[in-house]
Amino acid sequence: MPDQKCKLLIIGAGPGGYVCAIRAGQLGIDTIIVDEAKPGGTCLNVGCIPSKALIHAADEFHRIVSVNDGPLGITAPPPQIDLTKTIAWKDGIVDRLNHGVSGLMKKAGARFVSGRARFLDGKTVSVTDPDGSQSEIRAEHIVIATGSTPVGLPFAPFGGDVLSSTEALSLSELPKSMAVIGGGYIGLELGTAFAKLGTQVTVIEAADRLLPSYDAALIAPVEQRLKTLGVTVLTGTKAQSYSDGLLQTDGGDIAAQKLLVTVGRRPRTKGIGIEELSLTMSGPFVRIDEQCQTSMRGIYAIGDVTGDPMLAHRAMAQGEMVAEHIAGHAVAWDKRAIPAVCFTDPEIITCGALPGEVDGTRSSVFPFSANGRAMTCESEHGFVRVIWRESDQAVVGIQAVGAQLSELSAGFSLAIEMGACLEDIAATIHAHPTQSEALQEACLKALGHALHV
Amino acid sequence: MGIHAIRLPDIGEGIAEAELTEWHVKPGDVIREDDLLAVVMTDKASVEVPSSVNGTVLELGGEIGEQMAVGSVLIRIEVEGDGNEAENVALPEANLSPSPDPAPQKAATIQPETPTTQPRKPTVSRATGTKPLASPSVRARARREGIDLRQVPGSGPAARISHSDLDHWIASGGIQQGQVTRGPNTGVEEVRVIGMRRRIAEKMQIAKRQIPHITIVEEVEMEALDTLRAALNDKHAGQRPKLTILPFLMRAIVEAVRDQPDLNARYDDEAGILHRHGGVHVGIATQTPGGLSVPVIRHAEAGSLWDNASELTRLSEAARDGTITRDELQDSTITITSLGPLGALATTPIINHPEVAIVGVNKMQIRPVWDGQQFQPRKMMNISCSFDHRVIDGWDAAVFVQKLKSLLETPAMLFVEG
Repeated sequence: MPDQKCKLLIIGAGPGGYVCAIRAGQLGIDTIIVDEAKPGGTCLNVGCIPSKALIHAADEFHRIVSVNDGPLGITAPPPQIDLTKTIAWKDGIVDRLNHGVSGLMKKAGARFVSGRARFLDGKTVSVTDPDGSQSEIRAEHIVIATGSTPVGLPFAPFGGDVLSSTEALSLSELPKSMAVIGGGYIGLELGTAFAKLGTQVTVIEAADRLLPSYDAALIAPVEQRLKTLGVTVLTGTKAQSYSDGLLQTDGGDIAAQKLLVTVGRRPRTKGIGIEELSLTMSGPFVRIDEQCQTSMRGIYAIGDVTGDPMLAHRAMAQGEMVAEHIAGHAVAWDKRAIPAVCFTDPEIITCGALPGEVDGTRSSVFPFSANGRAMTCESEHGFVRVIWRESDQAVVGIQAVGAQLSELSAGFSLAIEMGACLEDIAATIHAHPTQSEALQEACLKALGHALHV
Repeated sequence: MGIHAIRLPDIGEGIAEAELTEWHVKPGDVIREDDLLAVVMTDKASVEVPSSVNGTVLELGGEIGEQMAVGSVLIRIEVEGDGNEAENVALPEANLSPSPDPAPQKAATIQPETPTTQPRKPTVSRATGTKPLASPSVRARARREGIDLRQVPGSGPAARISHSDLDHWIASGGIQQGQVTRGPNTGVEEVRVIGMRRRIAEKMQIAKRQIPHITIVEEVEMEALDTLRAALNDKHAGQRPKLTILPFLMRAIVEAVRDQPDLNARYDDEAGILHRHGGVHVGIATQTPGGLSVPVIRHAEAGSLWDNASELTRLSEAARDGTITRDELQDSTITITSLGPLGALATTPIINHPEVAIVGVNKMQIRPVWDGQQFQPRKMMNISCSFDHRVIDGWDAAVFVQKLKSLLETPAMLFVEG
């Protein structure tokens, strides 16, 4: 490929990179985006989307399994699952989305270059394309959107029966048993799915509880559900070695046909030439300012390489902002809250401040056991919780845990981003019967006049 | 309809280009003959360019701050008849539409739907460190308009800021009555350094970069000179121009450089030649509305006190009202700088390149002076003089300053030959 020039070069076509490319294209910026894999990044290819597909399949399967024990009066014969078909269906969705992203970038006028990028200097990147030939791209502005990779364990490197989330989403056969090392959201989401499909799952977490970044009240319904599903949870336990289907831990041996390692993700900063640029780092991450600019003029970084929370929607918002900044718009990162959803069973939503995180705040909880819609869905576990500032009743945080709640997250982040106060939400009509009423009730309760509790 | 092009006129000998400093018209304007179109500036003076035709402005040939060659097209005007330019002369397409689109409605200025309801009294009652409550669109608009939302009172609950709060804030000039707002102002305004300011900047830069300055400050007792000055002004009151100290100082400089011709000179440092001038052409640093200007009193050695005084008055007025000519602003051989009553205790004057010396006059004031037995109140004044150390040495500088001092302290010496 001949050498090229452009105004904006984006390295990495994940959610941050491709959104940046689309927005830049819309703004008339001459843009090239490079990725060695298909557009969509971890999220679309081996992360959010495939895992949600697997979780859905597991939910459907398990619904039939468990309906016989339920109160609904339904009986059904035991279901069967052909995992290869499930995976093929999932791959079909990923494929459609790959094409969708490619089409959107093309429509916006951004050029996609397939290959591996490496910085030569702050304005030039060499690209090795799949057949090994090299070319150079010179750009006025470069965005680092290289994402993150799963962290492996020294005694159990990825390969064979040791899986990262990527391989776990492409199994052709259901393992009889699986040990999940790391009780964070990725491990719990996948562990729950496999447990619902019939795998004997053991979760090993070194900290003294699961999902250490959430408070105990939020994870209690999840822990309870794991117990019901027959998942063994070993907290405060360290894995030591793994071979021949046996995992040794400091709490005893565990039979595990497959070992899923989900101990975290590290920013992908190696092998791209970022070290040679001597960018200022913040721990393992590239340090950025409020316009996502790095310490080198003209070089931006977005998404997982810039730190926590490693979430696709944060990267997307950063990518959009960077494109607008390069187009000369007055923009800055001023988001009040980044919602996070844990697709466990039940699902957990967090948005804004947690209880006790900000001084001068109080919290108010409304349980789903008092919500009619939750009862009719057999999902009475969980609650909605509002965190507000005592001085002026401004809502600074909303969390919830409950079945199928993820769609409620939009209302949570909208309320915080718009600067809502308790009264605003309390005075907004929430449709009945829905689980969203719990948010209104939590605010009413905070104001001292809850109606349904 | 035809197109008439007006070109940058030839504005003086040897001038190849001029800087565009003002536009008085914009595309779409209807203009008449003799209307002022633009102002351009050469090394020394500003020149107004009037229109020679009636018509509608089509296209401006340059931007403020741009250097334009003499003879280049300054402006294109659509006129009745053929014009002086064939219509098919390629104009940049973007400039062809004579009137810009009607100003787009500002989407951001959303008015409250029910203006009858009185908004709550705006308050700023946020705890320090907390971010003001405002929706994303309000935040984005504030950023575009350069407004720090922390300063803006919000009328909503929890002092939430609405679009109409922003409207009020902007309309009130950003300050609420009776309210003291003392937050950090993070705004940065970009001001292009153009026109006279740019010329001054360039000139000062050359002087400071190329000339190794040596500055001497000396104290001068002014009793005798000030008495003489007052007596002369009394004697000729109403008939001759009033004398300030400057004509006396010019006289003293004329006397002093007689013995030290190196100081009344222009140093061509590229050629390595010092041009020592017979005539003493004294530049007078003058503050004008546009900036520093240096009108020149020619042959100060040939004029009387009053000649020089009246020339000084005429030139500084011309410099201030902009009627001074290019010739009156060049070829000085030594310069005086005086800040009058603002003159401070001492200054470090910058030499008017390529000259060799500059004499700075500081403020005259009564100071106690020890006469050997007691302190006496005396009118004292400092002079601060800078010299080009490449041309002269500290010794020469000191000799010159002492000469000025003795002449000013004993003004009779100014008028005694030999």
